[in-house]
Amino acid sequence: MEKTNMNSRNEAPNFPRGTKLLGKWNRNVYHILKPLGRGATGIVYLADSKHGKVALKIGHNSMSITSEVNVLKHFEKVQGQILGPSFIDTDDCIVSGQKHPFYVMEYLQGVSVFDHLKEHGNEWAPVFMVQLLGDLSRLHRAGWVFGDLKPENLLITGPPYRVRWIDVGGTTIKGRAIKEYTEFYDRGYWGMGDRKADEQYDLFAAGMIFIHLIEKRRFEKGKDGKQTLMTCLERNEQLRPYRHWLKKIVNGAFQDAEAARTDLMKFIAKREDRHRKVDQPPRQNRRNKVRKKAQKQPALVGIIDLVLVIAFLLITSVLYLVGQMI
Amino acid sequence: MSNGTLKQILLLTDGCSNDGGDPAAIAALAREENVTVNVIGVLEEGSLNEEAYEEIEKIATAGGGISQVVYMKQLAKTVQMVTRQAMTQTLQGVVNKELSQILGREQEWDDLSPEKRGEVMEVVDDLGERVDFEVVILVDASASMRNKLRTVQEALVDLSISMDSRGGSNYYTLLTFPGKRNDTDIIKGWTSGITGLSGLFDKISVGGITPTGPAIQAAIQQFQSRKRRSMISYGEDEYELEERGS
Ligand SMILES: Nc1ncnc2c1ncn2[C@@H]1O[C@H](COP(=O)(O)OP(=O)(O)OP(=O)(O)O)[C@@H](O)[C@H]1O
Ligand SMILES: [Mg+2]
Repeated sequence: MEKTNMNSRNEAPNFPRGTKLLGKWNRNVYHILKPLGRGATGIVYLADSKHGKVALKIGHNSMSITSEVNVLKHFEKVQGQILGPSFIDTDDCIVSGQKHPFYVMEYLQGVSVFDHLKEHGNEWAPVFMVQLLGDLSRLHRAGWVFGDLKPENLLITGPPYRVRWIDVGGTTIKGRAIKEYTEFYDRGYWGMGDRKADEQYDLFAAGMIFIHLIEKRRFEKGKDGKQTLMTCLERNEQLRPYRHWLKKIVNGAFQDAEAARTDLMKFIAKREDRHRKVDQPPRQNRRNKVRKKAQKQPALVGIIDLVLVIAFLLITSVLYLVGQMI
Repeated sequence: MSNGTLKQILLLTDGCSNDGGDPAAIAALAREENVTVNVIGVLEEGSLNEEAYEEIEKIATAGGGISQVVYMKQLAKTVQMVTRQAMTQTLQGVVNKELSQILGREQEWDDLSPEKRGEVMEVVDDLGERVDFEVVILVDASASMRNKLRTVQEALVDLSISMDSRGGSNYYTLLTFPGKRNDTDIIKGWTSGITGLSGLFDKISVGGITPTGPAIQAAIQQFQSRKRRSMISYGEDEYELEERGS
């Protein structure tokens, strides 16, 4: 059995640009272009292949690589919408006498959620939440729970802007114990539930992501986790319009992701309404709230984008409701 | 029908043993009893002690387990991760062995094609969810650990949240060392769930020598006394997972 001393787990190899990897089993060739990021389980590289540009994750721990591949393969079977990067290949390669397990997935080109908000404004936060909740709903219906949901595991692709998740390492079959988590987004840490993989576990994390996106910081639970959280919700002015919704989501009050999504849509619609009544273009409104925005960005285009996305979301949810009634 | 039982010793310590011989030797013994020894080194921010590092790693390697050195802040998450990983590793060893029995030759994880590995992993995941779990938590309470015990306690409560979210049953017992009279003191006997743990560490007296080896020995005995008891109460149908990582 392989050595799994965790001190050395991060020893995924550093490959310089141009390194050629040959898969031992499937005989596919990959050329390393550059590292995209590194995490607890390995390094993700951008690589060139016969499929074009791909993301290649190489790990030290063969078990976690295998686990992630299993999840990606299961996602493939969830018909319809794509959940996470699509799976391409998995293999072993031997570089300087050492065997490394790796897998290959779709390369998602995008920016972090925080970078997107910095450039385009906080009003995108609820939009991404709606998108995320839609994906969660599909995932849950397929019998899975994402587990380690956090901003670092999300990427904004586009335009058209769409939140996508990466790093499926924490994805767990419903009803089992959560495999991986990050304290701030973990309901167990806050003393607000166990770590059994259910819909509400992901919904809690989604709520915490929203708080993090607006608060721009994480904070510790203090003496009484629940109390700390509620105080934060009361204090932050920017969270005010969503306070009620946030309380519901972190308290596990929504039956499923779809219920949380529809409810959030209502709040967004209310806000948009208010903007119109006050006859204040949302752009101006934002300027007070968001610190200096990069000027080079054509502001109007951003607004139109947002309005289109919101309109689209409203229409789809109306269609969805109509579909439900029939 | 039982799902089999997984036995672990989880040792939390901050440094070097100084009494009772080489703890790695005792850890090797534990392994012979199908008990894996995992070690978490609890350090203060900024301190780095080569000797401590080495000992921590040596004990875990000999005990077929996992080691990790952490600073106080990440302790809770690490305890959970190490326990979980050690569990997976042991189960993988079990499945490996079954595998070579089925295939009739020395087929090991690393020799398998990625597809086969995926299938084996599903079995391992499934077992990890259902297997019954017994862990002796062994906490170093020598003088240098005094101001760390609160954090240790929180980490253990956190561990129980994770383990109790599984399908299988969990049994814990909590020992500290050095004990008042013996090498270890039993702070909490075998229970399922670490509820009622808060305040437990307040009572213990910290200080004295650090007999890590003998403490591991005492932990091994905990499994034996538990087995004797459960044999009496359930009859002899309980079986163990025979495991020996290669
Ligand atoms: N499919 C992808 N396309 C583009 N970039 C990616 C892709 N997958 C991962 N990355 C980049 O690589 C980084 C690390 O990947 P990933 O999160 O999977 O690693 P990890 O080892 O699981 O990390 P951790 O467990 O610490 O979150 C990501 O943050 C992201 O920036
Ligand atoms: Mg990640």
